[in-house]
Amino acid sequence: MDCNGPALRRAILVSVVFLAALFAATSLKAQTAAGSLLASAVSQADLAKLDQRISAAQSSGDNAWMLVSAALVLMMTGPGLALFYGGLVRQKNTLAIMMQSFALMGLITVLWALVGYSLCFGSGTLVGGFEHAFLRGVGVEPNTDYAPTIPQLTFMVYQLMFAIITPALITGATAERMKFSGTVLFITLWFLVVYAPLAHMVWGKGGFLSATLGGKFPTLDFAGGTVVHISSGVSALVCALYMGKRHGYPKAPMPPHSLVLSFIGACLLWVGWFGFNAGSALASNGLASSAFVATHFAAAAAACGWSAAEWIKNGKPSALGAISGAVAGLVAITPAAGFVAPMPALIIGAIAGVVCYLMVTRVKAIFGYDDALDAFGVHGVGGTIGALLTGVFASRAINAVYHDVKGNATAVGWLDGNFSQVGYQFVGAIVAWVFALVGTLVLLKITDMLVGVRVSEEHEIEGLDVTQHGEEAYNLET
Amino acid sequence: MMKLEAIIQPSRFESVKDALREIGVEGMTVIEVRGHGRQKGHTEVYRGREYTVDLLPKIKIEMILPDKIVQSVVDTILRTAKTGKIGDGKIFLSRIDDAIRIRNDERGESAL
Repeated sequence: MDCNGPALRRAILVSVVFLAALFAATSLKAQTAAGSLLASAVSQADLAKLDQRISAAQSSGDNAWMLVSAALVLMMTGPGLALFYGGLVRQKNTLAIMMQSFALMGLITVLWALVGYSLCFGSGTLVGGFEHAFLRGVGVEPNTDYAPTIPQLTFMVYQLMFAIITPALITGATAERMKFSGTVLFITLWFLVVYAPLAHMVWGKGGFLSATLGGKFPTLDFAGGTVVHISSGVSALVCALYMGKRHGYPKAPMPPHSLVLSFIGACLLWVGWFGFNAGSALASNGLASSAFVATHFAAAAAACGWSAAEWIKNGKPSALGAISGAVAGLVAITPAAGFVAPMPALIIGAIAGVVCYLMVTRVKAIFGYDDALDAFGVHGVGGTIGALLTGVFASRAINAVYHDVKGNATAVGWLDGNFSQVGYQFVGAIVAWVFALVGTLVLLKITDMLVGVRVSEEHEIEGLDVTQHGEEAYNLET
Repeated sequence: MMKLEAIIQPSRFESVKDALREIGVEGMTVIEVRGHGRQKGHTEVYRGREYTVDLLPKIKIEMILPDKIVQSVVDTILRTAKTGKIGDGKIFLSRIDDAIRIRNDERGESAL
């Protein structure tokens, strides 16, 4: 080390302080029975202060990561999902599908601020209360029930981004034929009646399905396999069946108008998902690293799986297939990310890639429903696969969520030694399925009666951009 | 005056255009079109749904020519646009009643 001015001055200062402390300590009465010179040189108050500063440093790291994660998750909706879906629809409906995602960024945020956060993360069995309505009590002090090292404001805004993207996923099934007014009303109701209780039951204090906060049927869901993907995917299926097929489906050609947009959207989703999954560790720690790796591995394996299946079946692997596969893998790893090791993450991804490929290309054609952008095929099915496989592969080595009375970590998933977890995962998945199914059906009916859900046939043929929003996505003539 | 319409393969267009410029042809209108004669299309697959694309992209060149150079233009196009495969395209000739230059109201072959 160079003996330069500032370094030398610092060394002298530290030595002087240390000697002064030593001198001061020796002139004080001994504070402990042992009273050794070294122990009394550094007082209890000093240790407490040091401990506080270390905690503050840890919190600072956690908060930095969590704020970035929140931004990443918002990016998943806008522009990630907006572009992904936007490219898949026909040109005349591009803005409409993007507008649905963007509108939710505004609408859900307002609902969240007013009552949403409280309903999801207050205390209760089925749903939270109104203790945090208008974000009362939500400030920079951590909420020790959920995230003890970050300001509650950070936790609140992070969870908000999940609440935004979940209903946005549903718009994929109703694409090209849903009224915007119907979307706004339906999603408002759906958020309050379906999302909030489900999010609370799985993640909230006292929630019925909570794994760590007093649930009766502990369902492991790290970042939202049940809360986000099963709920939105199943709701999407109900919507697709209720609304019926698009005019001309399946005979008329409706190829994606710009796979370039979809490609960009998918990549933004992949990157954003690191915030979605790794951020669900709610801290910048080893668990976040583990979830990050699992997320990435599952996406990659699923892209390979879907592409391989497509290559074998069609002789050509498509770009659309590859990006769809990656998304399927990301969906499936969502509940498992913070519970499974990297190798199982590859397996989960590969399975999701192949199964979702079959769902979307074969099963959908067999049953004939028009899930326009495969919200059910990818999110509903991928989420269910992931939720169940979480019960298989979850391991205490990655995340020791269960302990015995002595404080030892006990088995988490099946391969770890706890077979009953698979049963609990089934319960959680079924609750999510039923909740979404029933809730969506009722709310769709109400929305239909009040404002209508489907546009008229002429409007559908003319295109939603012009008829719902008075705009055209591309005005390319000079 | 003759109207010459040539529908050719897009990949041959640059060669045709350069060759026409070499023999002194000064005006043409180029349009991107889709169509087919006897050429088969291809299938595209998007998430398991097959689409048959039987309208293929082509380039259409339209020229109005004085009678005396029509044959050399036809020969040039045949020479440069031919690949020998189905899908090479066709040339159509028709008679034109008049041509008028907008800038100075000139009429007839001198307007070309």
